[in-house]
Amino acid sequence: MPFIANSDADRMAMLEAVGVKSIEELFADIPQAKRFPKLELPEGLSELDVMREIESMAAKNVTASTCAWFLGAGAYNHFIPAAVGAIVSRGEFLTAYTPYQPEVSQGTLQAIFEYQSMAAELFGMEVVNASHYDGATALAEAVLMAWNHGGERRKIALPAALHPEYKGVIKTYFAAFDVEFAEYVGGPANASVDATTACVVAAYPDFEGEIQDIKAGAEKAHAAGALYVVHADPIMCALLKSPGELGADIVTAEGQALGNAMNYGGPWLGMMGATAKLMRKMPGRIVGQAQDAKGRRGFVLTLTAREQHIRREKAVSNICSNQGLVMLQTCVYMALMGRNGMRKVAELCWNKAHYAASKIAGTKGFKVSTRSFFKEFVVKTPVPAADIVERLSRRCIVPGLAMSKYDAKRPDELLVCVTEMCTKAQIDLLVTSLSEAAGEKTNSRFGGEAVK
Amino acid sequence: MKLDSAARYRSSHEFVRKEGDLYVVGLSDHAQAALGDIVYVEMPELGKTFALGDSFGVVESVKAASDLYMPIGGKVVAVNDALGGDPALVNRDCYGSGWLVKIEASNAAEFGTLMDAATYEKEAGKE
Repeated sequence: MPFIANSDADRMAMLEAVGVKSIEELFADIPQAKRFPKLELPEGLSELDVMREIESMAAKNVTASTCAWFLGAGAYNHFIPAAVGAIVSRGEFLTAYTPYQPEVSQGTLQAIFEYQSMAAELFGMEVVNASHYDGATALAEAVLMAWNHGGERRKIALPAALHPEYKGVIKTYFAAFDVEFAEYVGGPANASVDATTACVVAAYPDFEGEIQDIKAGAEKAHAAGALYVVHADPIMCALLKSPGELGADIVTAEGQALGNAMNYGGPWLGMMGATAKLMRKMPGRIVGQAQDAKGRRGFVLTLTAREQHIRREKAVSNICSNQGLVMLQTCVYMALMGRNGMRKVAELCWNKAHYAASKIAGTKGFKVSTRSFFKEFVVKTPVPAADIVERLSRRCIVPGLAMSKYDAKRPDELLVCVTEMCTKAQIDLLVTSLSEAAGEKTNSRFGGEAVK
Repeated sequence: MKLDSAARYRSSHEFVRKEGDLYVVGLSDHAQAALGDIVYVEMPELGKTFALGDSFGVVESVKAASDLYMPIGGKVVAVNDALGGDPALVNRDCYGSGWLVKIEASNAAEFGTLMDAATYEKEAGKE
């Protein structure tokens, strides 16, 4: 017998309270055929049979580790040391929820404090919070924070080459607000900024991999009294100047690249940092170092935007949680790699990506259109990029993202990402395969079937 | 309850006092005592203009946070930067070094509409 706490009499009383006589009447709006459909499930299977079936289904998945993987576009295939998984699986870190209670959570609080400290150094910012759900929501929260800080300023400048899904998340966040989005093409210095601009958003690098002049954007935004929000690649920050050095007021990043598997899209990690001046406007939580009554070092929840608890009508955000486990993985990754290790990863990405780009640019029919890049760049293709992706993927070479996925007007562009995980042999294989794919098209022009 | 007899008061517990051509705005002794230890004061930007009754900042104590309301309309010409490093100045010396902002009044007649010290003492005493 199922456990249902309320009795028939309770149910009758509830039905009466909402003004209907029976459950059937309550569900009258749901079409009859949909109410209690026959599911026609097959007979149950043994555990062994279920395991076999699920395993055979799982074997159909394509993973980055079994392919030559050149797909990025927001999710990045980076090396994760085995120690990351081993440390975060320790029982001491198992928790049902983000524990901020200092009496029982020193380990977790210390991990958050160390994550914040390392991320602040990476971004060149004074404060970093305990984390958000993912890069897109962190950026949307940052824009919301800047918009709120701006008072009557209602305009937000976005790069045209911001990840289309990030743009979508920002617009969803602002669906009910009085706001005006203005997109700019190229670098953030091209943004049209005036006294009604709350913030200028810059992507470092942008969706096409282009490293724009971030400093020039900061000068432009600040001259008009607007805030400057920079969304950065955290691995790239280990090699190039940090967003903080370049004048950012708020920095956000997708932390997946720092020790977290791509996991088909999540859970990932939203990172956010700000200047000390904006600290009290920052959503989320900040953990700080403190002393107990005997002068011993300890960690406590130091700051949370007061509006989340009192004066709630004035709140910028009601994000109160953090992404505990993913934050912990990122913390362990950064601690393990250290400053030199992360720089080494970034250098490998840079060198391999530039090797790949030069080889592709030297391939007949292909052209690299991104000028200054880190690990990702756009390739102009002689045949539709979606066809190349389709063909090569069948041979376990995932060549990148066809830009037509987000913009039908760009059928001949492929976004290629090269990380430290790509071997020279894989890059060379990609180049030959691209060349072949272009050749196949030439054959089919003469009416023949494309060579498979 | 300490009072500044030269100042006028708003029911939301801000005081305003004329100093030369400017008006000094602060929080009354009654309000600072009710709030307890003040840990942060959020100040408006210099040059911003507010109307009488507009919220111009926030004062946060260990117990509560509350909006600050303009007892007189006008332009902010000075903010007390010392409160950034030592917000408890508001507790220690609310009518002196713990002042909040200085205002260039847009309508000086508003000053006269506020409560004098004796009236405010009676009103605040009822709380």
